[in-house]
Amino acid sequence: MTTQTAIPVTPIRSAAPSGPTVRAKRPGGVGRFFKRAPVRVFLVVLVLVELYPLFWLLMGSFKTQSEFTSNPTWSLPEQLNFENYVAAWTTGSIATNLWNSVAVTVPSLFFMLLLGVAAAYALEIMVWKGRNTILLAFVAGIMIPGQMILVPLFTVYFRSGLTSTLWPLIITYTVMGLPLTVFLMAAYFRAIPREIFEAATLDGSGMIRSFFSIGIPMMRNAIVTLALVQFFSIWNDLLIALTFTTKSSLATVQVGLLNFSDEYGSTQYGPLFAAISINVVGMLVLYLFLNKQIMAGLAAGAVKG
Amino acid sequence: MKDVLGDKKSILILLGPALLVFTLIKIVPVLWSFGLTFFDGNPLGGFEFVGIGNFQRFFSDPQALSALGFTLKYAIVISIGQIALGYGLALLYVFVLKNASNFVRTVVFFPTILPTVAVALLFKSLFAVGDQQGPVNAGFQIIGLESVDWFATGDGTFTVAIIMELWRSMGFFAVLLYAGLLDIPDETLESARLDGAHGWRLVRHIVIPLSLPVLLSSVVFSANNTLKVFDTVLALNNGGPGGETTPLTLYMYRTVFSYSDYGYGSTIAFILTILCFLVTLFIFRSARRDNTTA
Repeated sequence: MTTQTAIPVTPIRSAAPSGPTVRAKRPGGVGRFFKRAPVRVFLVVLVLVELYPLFWLLMGSFKTQSEFTSNPTWSLPEQLNFENYVAAWTTGSIATNLWNSVAVTVPSLFFMLLLGVAAAYALEIMVWKGRNTILLAFVAGIMIPGQMILVPLFTVYFRSGLTSTLWPLIITYTVMGLPLTVFLMAAYFRAIPREIFEAATLDGSGMIRSFFSIGIPMMRNAIVTLALVQFFSIWNDLLIALTFTTKSSLATVQVGLLNFSDEYGSTQYGPLFAAISINVVGMLVLYLFLNKQIMAGLAAGAVKG
Repeated sequence: MKDVLGDKKSILILLGPALLVFTLIKIVPVLWSFGLTFFDGNPLGGFEFVGIGNFQRFFSDPQALSALGFTLKYAIVISIGQIALGYGLALLYVFVLKNASNFVRTVVFFPTILPTVAVALLFKSLFAVGDQQGPVNAGFQIIGLESVDWFATGDGTFTVAIIMELWRSMGFFAVLLYAGLLDIPDETLESARLDGAHGWRLVRHIVIPLSLPVLLSSVVFSANNTLKVFDTVLALNNGGPGGETTPLTLYMYRTVFSYSDYGYGSTIAFILTILCFLVTLFIFRSARRDNTTA
């Protein structure tokens, strides 16, 4: 602490809490590099650890069966052939699985957001007795594991013949996403000044009209964030999709991938790698466009959930 | 004004549909499932009232106890790993990389959004032996070690599951805790440094206490999710070998859908639910005690 005498210290965050050498001398080029070297090595290792498995997977999806068995495991494919993708797409019925996932995810998201945002609005913006109790009931739903509702729902869906359609998935995902949707949207609505809605009321707008012309537009960003969080939890779900569909023609991407590995995995590595790659690359494309929003959204969902 | 903001018809239209489906699809099934815990059987063969028989059966069923043990072991090890690695990375982002951390954050976060089934199948291949040797065993051979058949033992499968889950989720917890660290005011850190707190001392006495709220929610989130682990272990080694890595969720699933034992399955689900509540409660209470003594 010798050098810090009368020099006015501006509160900047640049002084790293890493050691006393920073103050003794001006960190020169070489000294700075060696001081930073362990950090650099660590970062390179970290990035490699995250990316190499995915790179290896992608390379494997172009390899032929004989390359898998005779070449070293980290050698690159001899040529970029897309046969594995063709095989996965046709015999692995990936096209059907993708379509099922889309056909489930889109309506589930739509209903969940519409019902959830409207409910949050009625619970937070509108004034009535008992609203806190109902909000609490919704929020308590966040803690309940999916297994707790599996047996009764399976019984009902099976008896009513719904298990030969995609409706059980749509209904269940809609409801399972409601607690978090209601909870987060109520928190966001809380931040909007109540005066806005009071002014609309003075102008003669009813609450339902205010919901559609003020509530939803003001919540646009929050709704997009929430939609992303819920998209991933629906798209990546296995438990519900595995339980509530009885036909393989109704399998979603995750169920299809699981069945695929059971049927072909032990013998045909290439098509399996191609099938996994299709999943990974699809998510990568989405991530490259929306990574900031995805990170912020998932984090918000976790802390508040 | 009050009349409009409290308009009964609007409340019914806006809240009614959500409340109706939530009651029918969530609240009623939870109560129904709880009711089933007192019965033995299934819809086809009929139900028989057994009182608390299912709970007695659970605590004398070696498979159930093994599943309970695995669930706890998995949740404790992964939660500690997730928080420790995530917090380490978050400190790295904030104090070492600072504004340059964007690329690293993006790369390390990416596996979080991948489907667990895809990740599990990928890790199965990474650790494979035999004619389709994975890089892990190939690496072992290069440095002169024997190949390991990871999925032949419970410990091996557990090890792969841990590595995989931490690989997948550390970036997520890093971003979560990073956001919490950014909330600490610069002035507080700077004055602590002027008082001579650097490195580990700064982290221990200033940074950790100030980021305790977000650390706490991360622990609760992590524990709740890992207690419900299902798709990871199912896709990785199907709970094997010999059920050694079968968690409560998978055991419940098999009890219901392979053995049609609805009552016992509901009991396992109920015990899992109670476990989630207890763990959350325990974490909150122990954290409060820490706050008052420290």
